[in-house]
Amino acid sequence: MYDVGLSGSATSFDSMVEEGTDGLRSGIRAGAPIAVASLLLGTSFGVLAEPVMGTIAPIVMSAVVFAGSAQFGALAVLAAGGGAGAAIAAGVLLNMRYLPMGISIAASTRGGWIRRGLAAQPLIDAGWAMSHRGDGRYDVSFMWGVTVVNYPMWVGGTTLGVLLGDFIGDPDRLGLDALFPAFFLGLLMGEGSDSRRGVVAALLGATLALSLSSFAPPGVPVMAGCLAALIALLPTGKEE
Amino acid sequence: MSATWTTIVALAFALVVTKGIGPAALGGRDLPRTFTKVIELLAPAILAALIAVGTFTDADGDLVVDARAAGLVAAAAVFAVRRGSILPAIAAAAIVAAAVRTLG
Repeated sequence: MYDVGLSGSATSFDSMVEEGTDGLRSGIRAGAPIAVASLLLGTSFGVLAEPVMGTIAPIVMSAVVFAGSAQFGALAVLAAGGGAGAAIAAGVLLNMRYLPMGISIAASTRGGWIRRGLAAQPLIDAGWAMSHRGDGRYDVSFMWGVTVVNYPMWVGGTTLGVLLGDFIGDPDRLGLDALFPAFFLGLLMGEGSDSRRGVVAALLGATLALSLSSFAPPGVPVMAGCLAALIALLPTGKEE
Repeated sequence: MSATWTTIVALAFALVVTKGIGPAALGGRDLPRTFTKVIELLAPAILAALIAVGTFTDADGDLVVDARAAGLVAAAAVFAVRRGSILPAIAAAAIVAAAVRTLG
């Protein structure tokens, strides 16, 4: 049975770092359930993008951009008749969170600057959260493993959606837009619920994001939610 | 180049930079302990923000409670019964959201 395994696998971190293939393999195993969600969400992207972008562009976009939120955000702008500038701005803002996420894994990467920069490329929300080993360390090969199974599903799902759009109809009718929040909830319960500060950071992050969402550009609310992590700088009370 | 292709090329490039700049610039130097503590809390903060925005806002960013909220409650119920059961939880979320949309 699948387990989010965030706190449970912390003890095996050292061995995973030493043997990258183990991390990769367990990442692939742990990433399999998300791959189902990626397939379905990729399909809904293909369905929605085909009327706006044509047949080839959505598939190329999934292959080279590989970021759900940026793709859906840019698509929404283009579908509304917006230009490239607005679409790019939406996509970039929606993915700004990868900046702090990249910084967070910096210390867990190895090699020269090019190799480190490349090591961060498979960064996706789920893989990043699942590869957290506590104490600010990340298992980068585990993160690669999660992406190895998700990438083909995302691109393949997009292809399916482009080709089968007429059969599928409106993807939201099938509840597919509820998939990822549910999945993130599972990660959050593994990640945040074991410390009181984690719970507070989660509540604060959600509140910050929601309070900005009606007027801030897309992507900014989630970025602002990151600021909740700064409560770590507050003087510690009884907790430690 | 059309708006679509310009967008694709620009986003692909921007994302490579956004993801890679932190590790490339900071390298493997040991970060101060306070920094690590902030990173610790980044995951719950981002995940909660993603859940909140993905569930409770519409395409314009306005707050809504719709079928997705019902789906999230269904997922929470599954996780409450068994913490790691990802697939049953996301299936429940999609089914309940779809059912609410059909009935509503």
